[in-house]
Amino acid sequence: MESDRVIVVPRCLLRIINKKMFELIVFYIFAALLLTSAVMVITMRNPVHAALSLILAFFSSAAIWLLLEAEFLAIVLVLVYVGAVMVLFLFVIMMLDINLAKIREGFIRFLPVGFLVALVMVIVMGSIVGSGIIEPLLEERVYYGPGFSNTQHLGQTLYTDYLYPFEIAGAILLVAIIAAISLTMRARRDTKAQDPNRQVAVKRSDRVRLVSMKTEDR
Amino acid sequence: MIELLHSLLDATLMPLVPESMHRITYLTFETVFKITLILTPLLLAVAYITFAERKIIGYIQCRIGPNRVGPRGWLQPIADALKLIFKEIIIPTGANRNLFIIAPVLSLAPSLAAWAVIPFNDHLVLADINAGLLYILALTSLSVYGIIIAGWASNSKYAFLGAMRSAAQIVAYEIAMGFALVGVLIASGSLNMGEIVAAQEGWLVHWFWLPLLPLCVIYFISGVAETNRAPFDVAEGESEIVAGFHVDYSGMAFSVFFMAEYANMIMIAALTSILFFGGWLSPFPEMIPILGEPGLFWLLVKISFFLFLFLWFRATFPRYRYDQIMRLGWKIFIPITIVWLIVAAVFVLIGLPPWFD
Repeated sequence: MESDRVIVVPRCLLRIINKKMFELIVFYIFAALLLTSAVMVITMRNPVHAALSLILAFFSSAAIWLLLEAEFLAIVLVLVYVGAVMVLFLFVIMMLDINLAKIREGFIRFLPVGFLVALVMVIVMGSIVGSGIIEPLLEERVYYGPGFSNTQHLGQTLYTDYLYPFEIAGAILLVAIIAAISLTMRARRDTKAQDPNRQVAVKRSDRVRLVSMKTEDR
Repeated sequence: MIELLHSLLDATLMPLVPESMHRITYLTFETVFKITLILTPLLLAVAYITFAERKIIGYIQCRIGPNRVGPRGWLQPIADALKLIFKEIIIPTGANRNLFIIAPVLSLAPSLAAWAVIPFNDHLVLADINAGLLYILALTSLSVYGIIIAGWASNSKYAFLGAMRSAAQIVAYEIAMGFALVGVLIASGSLNMGEIVAAQEGWLVHWFWLPLLPLCVIYFISGVAETNRAPFDVAEGESEIVAGFHVDYSGMAFSVFFMAEYANMIMIAALTSILFFGGWLSPFPEMIPILGEPGLFWLLVKISFFLFLFLWFRATFPRYRYDQIMRLGWKIFIPITIVWLIVAAVFVLIGLPPWFD
């Protein structure tokens, strides 16, 4: 009889009451926020609003990373994507003169392609989740507690075990930066840019010529 | 004080709260109490910096400054606040209503939230987190959104130009600022603000400003640029684009932008004193009685000094031209910081006394 009474309480509710209640509540709030804002990115008609929703999505995923005790990744996500990448994104979107009607046309036209991509993603993710790789990882998960420094841990792993992959990635990024700059930087002849070095190096004798002449009679 | 709060809670609220929720209730009230303890003096300081600014710049320009409201003008900020509160907030017809209202909030919130990790002495800090420096960097990079969104939502060309200028400027100077902070990180070996101050243990010559002098100067100048203060205030640029991003704001909406700017100034001054000038440590050797003791007093003295520098700059330098700002940020500051990062790393490797031994 007593075992019957346990079944009456929904399982998820029991888990919530047991422990980590606060963590679960926070997780569901931010997960809901993440999904809503991600949907808003593609449904918003105004591109600026869509970009702002993307920022909210980044924020919510940063909060979820914080729950996983990965504070370095969470803060770097905010710092790099929200603080720098999205600022430039907004900069460009606001400057463009976007024809809204044309974009809405495209929305319907590309919808089947979008669905196809979404379907492939769902199948891939479903096959990973369903294959049973994730459950043992969840069992193994260790809670490190407040004294744990994610940053230090990450740095230790990155600069010892994964030193070569890390350096190669860095070199590839450096090449990409230099390539991007050299592609966009063309020396234009017609710009009237000033050369500050020459401005600073200027002497009085270059600009002013003192002429001594005798006073003229009226 | 915390004990007083606990007994107050026990007497009033706790009987109503179930047993399992006691810990979280205590924690919530404690945190809110601490936040109030930090924010109230901060906002008072914001109000009185506006007064200090008008007085100091007045005396620099051989004027007296405000001296009519209250004794020697001391009630001037309160009069200003009252005036702004009773003014109407006008929302332009073409403006994007929601974003127009949310923009001032977005510019004030990050500058207040960043105070969570600022230590006031070796145990007085709201959130003693491991990645304090990163948190500060992330939050200071967010304050630009208020300006960009305000400029766009106003639907005005002047405001928009101001917002675009500000976005480009902040992205440029943030990189130099980040590199300067990486220098501090190399020198102290920690991202925790308390440990960074602990690594500077000693007096004036032991602080990081000496081995990291170029980074320190660049950090402070980038901070001035990041807060959009003169001589880097092209985002406002009264003589060219009227008032820049806040040209369409009035009343309290405008004053929230104003408060955000001054809160950011205090923030940069506090960070400079903590990261490069030893935070609450005393500038005198420990042998000297009273003066040699560390304490909150020294942190406040340092913050006041850097705030004075902000005002001094404003009264002294003419505004930078836009292309000159970009040149200074990208072509001068970033190369210098990269070179000095290597120099700092060498200093740490050879254990240069008296800082890194």
